[in-house]
Amino acid sequence: MKDNPILVVVARFLIPLVMLFGLYVQFHGEYSPGGGFQAGVIFSAGWILFVFVYGLETGLRIIPPGVIYTLASLGVLLYCFIGLLGVILGGRFLDFYPLLESPHAAQQAGIILVEFGVGVTVATVVMLFFLMFARRRGEEIAGGLDPDAEDEPQPDEDDWR
Amino acid sequence: MLLLLLIVVGLGVVLTRDLLKATMLFAIYSLTIAGLFAALDAGDVALTEAAVGAGISTILILAVLALVPRHEKRRGGHNLAALFTVLVTGAALVYASLDLPEFGAADNPVHQHVGPYYIEQTYSDMGIPNLVAAVLAGYRSIDTMGEAVVILTAGIAVYALLSVPPRRRRKKGPPA
Repeated sequence: MKDNPILVVVARFLIPLVMLFGLYVQFHGEYSPGGGFQAGVIFSAGWILFVFVYGLETGLRIIPPGVIYTLASLGVLLYCFIGLLGVILGGRFLDFYPLLESPHAAQQAGIILVEFGVGVTVATVVMLFFLMFARRRGEEIAGGLDPDAEDEPQPDEDDWR
Repeated sequence: MLLLLLIVVGLGVVLTRDLLKATMLFAIYSLTIAGLFAALDAGDVALTEAAVGAGISTILILAVLALVPRHEKRRGGHNLAALFTVLVTGAALVYASLDLPEFGAADNPVHQHVGPYYIEQTYSDMGIPNLVAAVLAGYRSIDTMGEAVVILTAGIAVYALLSVPPRRRRKKGPPA
């Protein structure tokens, strides 16, 4: 799709906005609707749009597969680590109060950190899904199977319009 | 109005044989539900439905459709037992819904449980205005950790299924 100037220009304009909105939903989640799940999904949607326009190779040069695998696990590990930190500092598992002096600041810090862990995991897992399916298609084409072979329009089989 | 659109789009998804068209209609369906949630002041759920239901699941279904034929195979005949089961279950659900308490009434059971505690105490406990974030990451953070683990597990499962190279299995193609 790189040779379609309208798509490239619109995507160039939209991708930073989508990613910025993802970060906004991530870090503003305690004040407005949002949180880690939504933010991760929106952020990875920006990356997928990038892949649609510039191709999987370019997308993987920016975020290599190794980084995707690592971050997916690190997100969950960050969540568990924050939980264990509460235990180490003398509270219960996932108890945020021991983290900081002020109880409100401690709760907010804990919530922001665990939501960040969730966001990282969700974003990278969605990227991983997309990466696996896109790669599979490339492999099938390379292996001589044409996934589009049966895609000729079949108007007589289409009884809804 | 939105509910009517929902029914029309749902029927369209069921009736069409073109899976690409069904995917697009499903995205519209999710977006309509997101609009309904927003109309009910459920901002977090609406945002989730719009981002996950209308956005990412559509992209993922399209990614699957890039691997499989676009048109659903037509199967002859009707499954009367399935129709009977669906009708009986639907009738039972509609009958049960007549006994539900009035929508939005303050003394409904759902408003008598832990809800009032969260509404009254969240700000003094946590100091953040978004109740949903406070419940998800604060009061119920172990549940959310479980969800994050489930997402990671799903990623690992997809990786395990799709990282093996495809077998040459199709007989119909021209001999290369």
